[in-house]
Amino acid sequence: MDRQATIATLAATCTRLRRDILEMITHAGSGHPGGSLSAVDLIETLYSKHLRQGAQRANDPARDRFVLSKGHGVPALYAVLAHHGYFSRDLLPTLRKLGSPLQGHPVVGTVPGIEACTGSLGQGLSVAVGMALGARLDGNGARIWCMMGDGEIQEGQVWEAMMSASKYRLDNLVAIVDSNKAQIDGLVKDVMPLESIEEKARSFGWLTTRIDGHHYGHILDAYEWAEKPEGAPKLIVADTIKGKGVSFMESELVKWHGVATNKEQLEKALAELDPEVLGS
Amino acid sequence: MSEQKAVASKPKASRQAFGEVLAELGAKHTDLVVLDADLAKSTKSELFAKKFPERFFEMGIAEQNMVGVAAGLGLAGKNAFCCSFACFVAGRFETIKISVAYSGGNVKIVGTHAGVGIGPDGYSQMGLEDLALMRTLPTMEVYQPADELETRQIVEYLATHRGAAYLRLTRQDLTPVHGPGYEFAPGKLDVLAEGKDVAILATGGPTFHAVDARKQLAAAGIDAAVINVPSIKPFDREGIAAWAKKVPLFVSVEDHNVLGGMGGAVAEVLAEVAGARARLHRHGIPDVFGESGEPEDLYRKFKLDADGIVAVVRERLGR
Repeated sequence: MDRQATIATLAATCTRLRRDILEMITHAGSGHPGGSLSAVDLIETLYSKHLRQGAQRANDPARDRFVLSKGHGVPALYAVLAHHGYFSRDLLPTLRKLGSPLQGHPVVGTVPGIEACTGSLGQGLSVAVGMALGARLDGNGARIWCMMGDGEIQEGQVWEAMMSASKYRLDNLVAIVDSNKAQIDGLVKDVMPLESIEEKARSFGWLTTRIDGHHYGHILDAYEWAEKPEGAPKLIVADTIKGKGVSFMESELVKWHGVATNKEQLEKALAELDPEVLGS
Repeated sequence: MSEQKAVASKPKASRQAFGEVLAELGAKHTDLVVLDADLAKSTKSELFAKKFPERFFEMGIAEQNMVGVAAGLGLAGKNAFCCSFACFVAGRFETIKISVAYSGGNVKIVGTHAGVGIGPDGYSQMGLEDLALMRTLPTMEVYQPADELETRQIVEYLATHRGAAYLRLTRQDLTPVHGPGYEFAPGKLDVLAEGKDVAILATGGPTFHAVDARKQLAAAGIDAAVINVPSIKPFDREGIAAWAKKVPLFVSVEDHNVLGGMGGAVAEVLAEVAGARARLHRHGIPDVFGESGEPEDLYRKFKLDADGIVAVVRERLGR
């Protein structure tokens, strides 16, 4: 598939995934739409083009792994995993319901493709560092990807993990910050300013790049860069928009962190998310 | 585990025994990896580090990251031993809860320098809450050996065990309470001596003092059973229930807060045993902070040495 066709396919797929995410959360009556919509382009591009894994290899010890450290964004991951055949799409409406494998935050062993329990923010990068060390010991060539939220990196453990990844020169480790600029209590810059994330990471020994996290060309280029081993862990800061694709969410970033859409709002959102239009 | 080791009959700290056996097991168990947080000389994980440097990870003074990295190594198929003082490693409870226990990680949390037995460093370095914390995590197994032989056998067990476990070890030397034929069994009480007037249930550092206390109690006409409790979780409910029908009094003895530790586990079972005769006296650190002092002076102050245990038992029996 040429690059233009790849990008067109990603755009169409991600629009469908956005619809899945909002339908799941509306049905659940709770969840985190904003951060799921900001992350989904990054996650789908990873699974469709770069993660050496696949539903048939979900338990292969030598697989690439993706750790969603910002566990509240898991509706995006569930939608992507179902799309790629890790489990049936019929499960999607069971999100957050009693007895469902689709827990409110990721849990190992519930459905194939979930690599770590996350949701208590700040823990996933450490786990990814351990997986990267394990892959190196086994010499299996696996690459470990970890996505964090920008608010999440206020957690001190993230910076401990950054130090350790740098010490061990983990060039099989890639961190992605889904920088959607908002967290529960307000804008990140007001709650606890972080910028410059890249300068901080570079001073911790990481190689960095910054991209538009909704621009498929940028994402593809960044992932290609990230896969080149250069003796250090790599960080992609992806500028994203919380609630991307739904105008009434994009205009109220903070509000839509952890509030479910009702049926009426869902209809309004779905009207803006026509895969045929965006995919063309 | 049935393999009998020639064990010297002289006292040894359980952290030392741990370090030695881990370094031995590293050759056979190539999935073993060890992490430490700038205390490898103290936890004795340095013995493994010297033999297997490629499988040892010095994580610096950053325990919560160490715990998370251990979890990742476990999820990547390794058996990760993650070592620090009991105080510091158990202090990263929420990382242990989510990244280790909930994720089903193959991680062994090793907390050394447990209890007031650390001595002069004082309360900020004393793990006195760790058993209570670790017991509340589903899937987490919790072990505390009483001497060198038992430490060896528990570490051998953990080297092949898949899943999460907490191992609590001492800074101070422990006088052996086991002969060479001893066999550790997870989830079982270890009866060191029978008795009918009282059962002293001891774990970890004070266990050999309980054995000494039995001799003094015998001289005073009191027939005390001494039961070692190496397996805090899984916990021997049937064993406790059976003993609760045999003796009128349990005295639990531990270098840990009396709240939530081994004595707490005994209390939980005892309250549910139909037809129990035994009352329980929980003896340990009585919900106060520790303090600086020589370990033996602290054991005397908190009545965890033989004289102290004798005094507690006699007072409770009124004899």
